[in-house]
This record gives sequence, structure tokens and C-alpha cells, in this order.
Amino acid sequence: MTEAPFGRRLLQVTGIDELGAYRVLRVADPEGFGPTPAPRPGQFAMLAAAERWGGGEDERPYLARAFSIARWLEGEAHYLLEDVGPGTKRLCELGAGDGLWVLGPLGTGFAHPADGRRALLVGGGVGIAPLAIWQDELEREAGIGRGPADSAPVKKSPVTVLLGFRDGPRAEGAALLRGARVATDDGSTGRHGLVTGLLAEELERDAHATVYACGPSRMLEAVRAMCESRGVPAQLALEAGMACGFGACYGCVVPKRGGGYLRVCVDGPVIDAAELEQVEEHAGAPA
Amino acid sequence: MSVAFCGLTLTHPIINGSGTFDALAARKAFGTALDEEFPFAAYVSKTITLEPRAGNPPPRLWETPAGLLNSIGLPNKGLQGYLAEDLPELASLPVPVITNVMGSSAAEIAELVQACDAGAEIAAIELNVSCPNVKTGLDIGADPRQLEQVVRAVRPLTGKPLIVKLTPNAADVAACALAAQEGGADAVSLINTLRALALTPLSPGARSEPRLRRPWLGGGTGGLSGPAIRAVALAQVAAVAERVRIPVIGMGGVSCAEHARDLLDVGARLVAVGTESFRDPVAGARIARELDPGPASPTSGPA
Repeated sequence: MTEAPFGRRLLQVTGIDELGAYRVLRVADPEGFGPTPAPRPGQFAMLAAAERWGGGEDERPYLARAFSIARWLEGEAHYLLEDVGPGTKRLCELGAGDGLWVLGPLGTGFAHPADGRRALLVGGGVGIAPLAIWQDELEREAGIGRGPADSAPVKKSPVTVLLGFRDGPRAEGAALLRGARVATDDGSTGRHGLVTGLLAEELERDAHATVYACGPSRMLEAVRAMCESRGVPAQLALEAGMACGFGACYGCVVPKRGGGYLRVCVDGPVIDAAELEQVEEHAGAPA
Repeated sequence: MSVAFCGLTLTHPIINGSGTFDALAARKAFGTALDEEFPFAAYVSKTITLEPRAGNPPPRLWETPAGLLNSIGLPNKGLQGYLAEDLPELASLPVPVITNVMGSSAAEIAELVQACDAGAEIAAIELNVSCPNVKTGLDIGADPRQLEQVVRAVRPLTGKPLIVKLTPNAADVAACALAAQEGGADAVSLINTLRALALTPLSPGARSEPRLRRPWLGGGTGGLSGPAIRAVALAQVAAVAERVRIPVIGMGGVSCAEHARDLLDVGARLVAVGTESFRDPVAGARIARELDPGPASPTSGPA
């Protein structure tokens, strides 16, 4: 895991791009995240706009918001946003040149597949974000060109990407990754149904895989249960209401298998599925 | 701008509120920089109880207008786990360690205080008295008579500074502070979080069924902190500082030097930063620096 510089840093927004129902917030980070500039795929950062953070709906937001690092290009970090509350709304309003407080990278990252297993990336909704940077790393290591979706791979990727969305505008978010198979709840794009349907088929075809999943808690629980029943290792990137991101507040806990709790911010956000009895319906992060 | 506090000499007047900064988790996240640039002049531990506690079921947090409502439930490794595993690691921090403890009876508190007295790495002990008495159900710290008895009972068990962290959920906080002083406390700290409630939000467009409304937090009610409580904190700290002779640690919604200055000016000796550290982990250092920008400025508070 990459250690974070101690203290939040004031960085500048390079730009913000529409991606269907989502926004990709690009943030200049010339020095990178501390001594090891690149974050580990799966790590996250706490973000807060430098101006007008507070004073929105219900006089919020107050706390910074946790976002997976979706992509790291030299000197620029990308975050995937969906406007679902006063914090995400404010972040979606940012434009080039605006200031952004960034604390990170925080938490654990994904671990490489073992035993020659292939990587099976399963994402839902805005939760696809950490899978993009993970795909970048896995394909780069396999000698395949990186970058956003448009470039066709010259050789076969070792990564299989399955993504689920609620509807067509959200399914446009699939362009964040390369070569994704898509399912939508309303059937407007790709397969009509849940991404776990695609996952079941993939595991049927070849179960010698490690599953990396991020998305809504119900999806994650379905992925966890499916992987457990088939003996497939899975790493889940979890979300939870979080005040600090570095283990101080003890707010972001999830129940651990065998009792007690894990802090999503320091024990996760990437947690080995074997550590969880189940993924509980998550109670909603401050948005 | 060093500050004398109960026999300790602190490099500045800013410390952390108990339960708002986990130095060991921060060391994992930020590495050695945490120790090199430690933001507080003393480190106050999370509340330690006799037995380990897992804490409350989630959700544990709710964002309010300019504040944070929490119901964490004091998760901790228990006294033995703290002394054996955490304290040796905390001992390498560049500042004195104040251990915060909570018990639900005088006997429990006595056991905790005795064990902390034996811990050489512990510079001072803070009693969290915002705990219901197992017999009466009343918060020990909300009843001046009961509070004075408890402090008097444990006072002889330690020569270390004994700080009483008062509860703000009391009819007369200054009377509680006075009771702590009469019982033999060396200092009082306030304010703890204010008891508060949030309900699970209604779905958009849904008609409210009052019978079906439930608390949002897994623990039911929670404690409110952040800028939302700052004015309450200032009033309570001022009222307490006026009544007691012992030093006062003031806290509640401090996010910049101006807020800290307000608390110092109404009589606090030290100021604790809590929720602001969640937003900015080096807030303590920033506030200390802003309070004393250079050698030309007058020193703050009695030394």
C-alpha cells in the first residue's frame, strides 16, 4: 500500500468530463501521492472542494467524501462522480482551475491473482471506479497498451470485465474500462439483467479466476455468495459512511466473520471476501 | 509558547479530544511523518474499558448541518489489550500520553486507574464519566454528588494527574466541575458530545408513518460534535472556568485558531481538537501555529 502524505493537499482540478450519468473529475497532481507517487489500485482519497464546501442543501456538506482513485496518469488522478447528495453535487460543479482538498491515497489495494488465475473484474454503478485503475495495471504488466477505452488491445487481455448498471445513461460509464461486457437492469444496453448473471456464466466457463468486485452492497453480497459456493477467491472493495478515512473515527465499520468489526478505511476498502460472513446492506455514506 | 499543565510541560496548548485521533492507525496511513510532525502537544487515547468492546452496530455516523452525529460505542481492546499491545507503541510518540478510561461503577474505575498508575508510559489519566451507572442508570458524571464520590474514591489510587472529562448532558455542568475538583481531580475537560438524534430518512414522496420512524444510528441516539456545538462549548467552558481553580481543557467545534483563542480567553488552559481532525489530520498543528505565529507574539495562558 502507498502511504499518504501527512495532511490534505490543495490541488487543482484539470477538468471534468461527462460520462453518461457520471462525471470524471481530473485533478492535477504533479508530484504525485508522496514518496511513491502512484497509488495502489483500490486505494481511495478523501475529497472536499476548497470553496463553498458547506452551505448547500441542509447546510451540508461538512465532511470530506471518500472516492476510489479511478485512474492514475502521470501527474493526474481521476475520480468517478455521481451526483447523489450535497457533497457529490458540489464536486460535480467543479471545473478546470478550481481548488480541491485531497487526502490520500488511503487504505488497502487489490492483490494480484495467485496460482495463475485470471482476473475477473465485476463492477456495479459508480463502483466501477477502482476496477479501471486495476485493469490499467494488470494490462500494463501483461504488456498491453493502457489508457481510456478507445484503443483496441493488440493482444488478448488477461482481464475479463463485467459491469452492471441501472439504465442506459449509467451504462455509458462502461467506457471507463476497456472491453467490458455490460448488463443493465432495464435492458437498455447489453444484457437485460444483473451483472451477477454474467459472472455466473463466466465462472461456469472457467472458474480458475480471482474475482475483484466493487459496487452496491446487494451486488457485492451476491458476488461473495457465488464465489464462496464455487470456491473462487474474491476481493471486495467496500463502501461505508466515513468521516476521516484514516482510522480515527471508527465510523465506517462492517461486521467481520467470527465477530467484531473491520474498519473499511484502514482494514479495507479492499477486503478479502473470506473475512466477511456477508456484505450487509450498507447504510449509505454521506453523499 | 510552552504550557504548564498539571506538572507536564507541553510545547503548545493544543491536544486531541479522546476518540478523535487513532495514532496507531494514522501511523499506518501516513508512516513516519505522523511522529515527525505530530499535531498535538499531548496524545489522549480512545476510551479504554476493563473488557474489550466491539462497539455499536453500524450505521455509526450521520452528517448534520455543520457537524457530525456519531454512535461509535467505545470499541477498544480492553484494559489488558491496551496495556500490552497499544501502550508500548504509543510510548514512542514524541508527546506525553494521556489515557482515557471509563467504568460503570466506582470499583471498575478504581481498577482502571490503578492499572494506569502502574503504566510508566502514561503521563496522565482522564476519566470518561459519560457512562451510565450500572445500578442507577444515570450518567455518573451528570450527578455532582455521585461524581464527587467516585473521584474521591479513586483519587488516592494514583499520583498521576487525574482529569475528569465532564458530560455536557447535565443540568449544571459547572456544579459537576466543582464536584470533580472537590473530589480531588487535577483538571476537568469539556465538552463531550451532546446527545442528539437522527431518524432514518423517508423515501422521497413517502407519507410519514410516525410509528415506523426509527433512529438512523445503530446505537439509537448519538453524540453531536463539530462547528454545530461550538457556541454551546464556549458557554459551558466559560461557566466551568469561572467556578473551578483547577485547569480546564476546553473543546467543542474548534476548527481554527480563532475558536481556540475564544476558549483560552474564557479560561481554558488547553484546547482539544476533535472532529476537525477528521477533515484535516494536521488541524492540531495548524491551529497551534496560527495561535503562535512567532516569537514576537505574547505567550498564551499562564505558564
